[in-house]
Amino acid sequence: MVEPILQISNLVKNFGALRATDGVTLDLRPGEIHALIGPNGAGKSTLIHQICGTLRQDSGSIRFAGQDVGGLSVAERARLGLGRTFQVSSIAPEFSALRNVMLAAQAKEGSSFRFFNPVMRDQGLIDKAMAMLERVGLTERARIPAAELSHGERRQLEIAMALALRSKAFLLDEPMAGMGPEGSKALTRFLDTLRQEAPILLVEHDMDAVFALADRISVLVYGRVIATGTVDEIRRDPTVRSAYLGDHD
Amino acid sequence: MILTRENLINLILAVALLAIPLIANAAGQPFYITLATRVAILALAATGLNLALGVGGLVSFGHAAFFGIGGYVAGILASHSFSGEPVLFGLSGTNQMWIIWLVAMALAGFVGLAIGAISLRTSGVYFIMITLAFAQMVYYFAVSWPAYGGEDGLSILVRNQFPGVMTMVPMNFFLICYVILLVGIALFAVIRASRFGAALQAARQNEVRVATVGIQPYRIRLTGFVLSAMITGLAGALFADLNRFVSPSMLSWHMSGELIVLIILGGTGRLFGPLAGAALYVAFEYALGGITERWQFFLGLILLLVVLFARGGLVGLLAGKAKHG
Repeated sequence: MVEPILQISNLVKNFGALRATDGVTLDLRPGEIHALIGPNGAGKSTLIHQICGTLRQDSGSIRFAGQDVGGLSVAERARLGLGRTFQVSSIAPEFSALRNVMLAAQAKEGSSFRFFNPVMRDQGLIDKAMAMLERVGLTERARIPAAELSHGERRQLEIAMALALRSKAFLLDEPMAGMGPEGSKALTRFLDTLRQEAPILLVEHDMDAVFALADRISVLVYGRVIATGTVDEIRRDPTVRSAYLGDHD
Repeated sequence: MILTRENLINLILAVALLAIPLIANAAGQPFYITLATRVAILALAATGLNLALGVGGLVSFGHAAFFGIGGYVAGILASHSFSGEPVLFGLSGTNQMWIIWLVAMALAGFVGLAIGAISLRTSGVYFIMITLAFAQMVYYFAVSWPAYGGEDGLSILVRNQFPGVMTMVPMNFFLICYVILLVGIALFAVIRASRFGAALQAARQNEVRVATVGIQPYRIRLTGFVLSAMITGLAGALFADLNRFVSPSMLSWHMSGELIVLIILGGTGRLFGPLAGAALYVAFEYALGGITERWQFFLGLILLLVVLFARGGLVGLLAGKAKHG
């Protein structure tokens, strides 16, 4: 079996009496899109926060790219190659799209403690960032302040930043949220190609996108993974149908 | 360098600050030279704060600590040089400005590192309050330390020296301060445009994003805070030499507030904002201060107008919104 990129084992997180993450075990293997679905309040966000490092787990382990990352900061995990996008796009609003991606590119190169050379004359950095913007289709919008980009464009920008990090895995938090039908279709096609770059852990409510993209699906309910399997297995699973997929017929 | 409107305004400000004392010197009005020197020094102190506040979004209400530390370094080293007694561990004092400047920057940077390392673990109102608290600690320390004058402050009997320059001549001392101000502004511009500057600006705009691309916002901010403290400390050393006097008032929270006011008046984060703000402030202090003791009431009104209607300060009003490329 291929070594998974991301391996989460027996992860537990309590908020007072509430067990938000209840012994979650899941993995992300090279080349796959692993979708994480579940009703609101299932603990998806809490799980993401623990994977990224904004929340510390109470017990259990998170291994990423062959090392235990459970005690590392957000920035350290990002530097190991964990690229993510947010449910509500997170960008530097005053910077142009180009400068946003350049920030990721400079982080990837390793040093932000360079005080003298002007970054906007660093052609190597600009070229790298422009290449990423081209991949997500934002070349025309490179010089526009990120605050003025549309919702969909900000999504693309976040992905360009994750690409610039040469991520070993992508963690996409509801990328389809707020996208129109056309935007969703275009993004679905794009994510389909993105998995060749690095595997994707996809948290998503849009079932059309999930069924179109996912190699495997894990279903999270009340902080527990109640099922993991292929699209067909999950569709047929009776517990999933009753708990989540709304089996009314 | 492209001649944008902002660059033109910056050029006019820089030339005007040089022209006024030159004219005053020719007209035999040394008082205006002192005013211009005051503008240059306050602008340098505010340029330091502008790095933390304007670029990094770190609203430090404690920069008087660094300003005053710079001032006390000048005063203490000069007094030991005069008395011939060693300062510490057999090290003697000095009346050489450039040594004083280096010591002032080093000490301000070191204290900035200590204050920043703790304060930067907080943000928002807590950051403002904790920097204020640290600065007040330094203030009360100076007040209660009798060796260097305590509350009464410390006089510098003869202005410190610079090789080849008669520093007691007002115009000469102005030129020293003016050159240092320009160097400080140039350094600010270079740092802001660098990779580090990009990270510092991004940390102001969106801390989470910075961490998500793999840059620790804390380290970036702490470095910015220390650099900021060093520039303000240097200005403090010059200020003490201008007045030939240093007292705890340089360390008080009024001073911290004044530096913030200068930046807001001139234009937060703008390259020449501190100079524009300092010029406006000193002009007000002089022009209105001659008419009424309550000139700060009118300054308050202006500040109110700027905050309500001209968020970019004087530079923003004249040059339009800042561009980030």
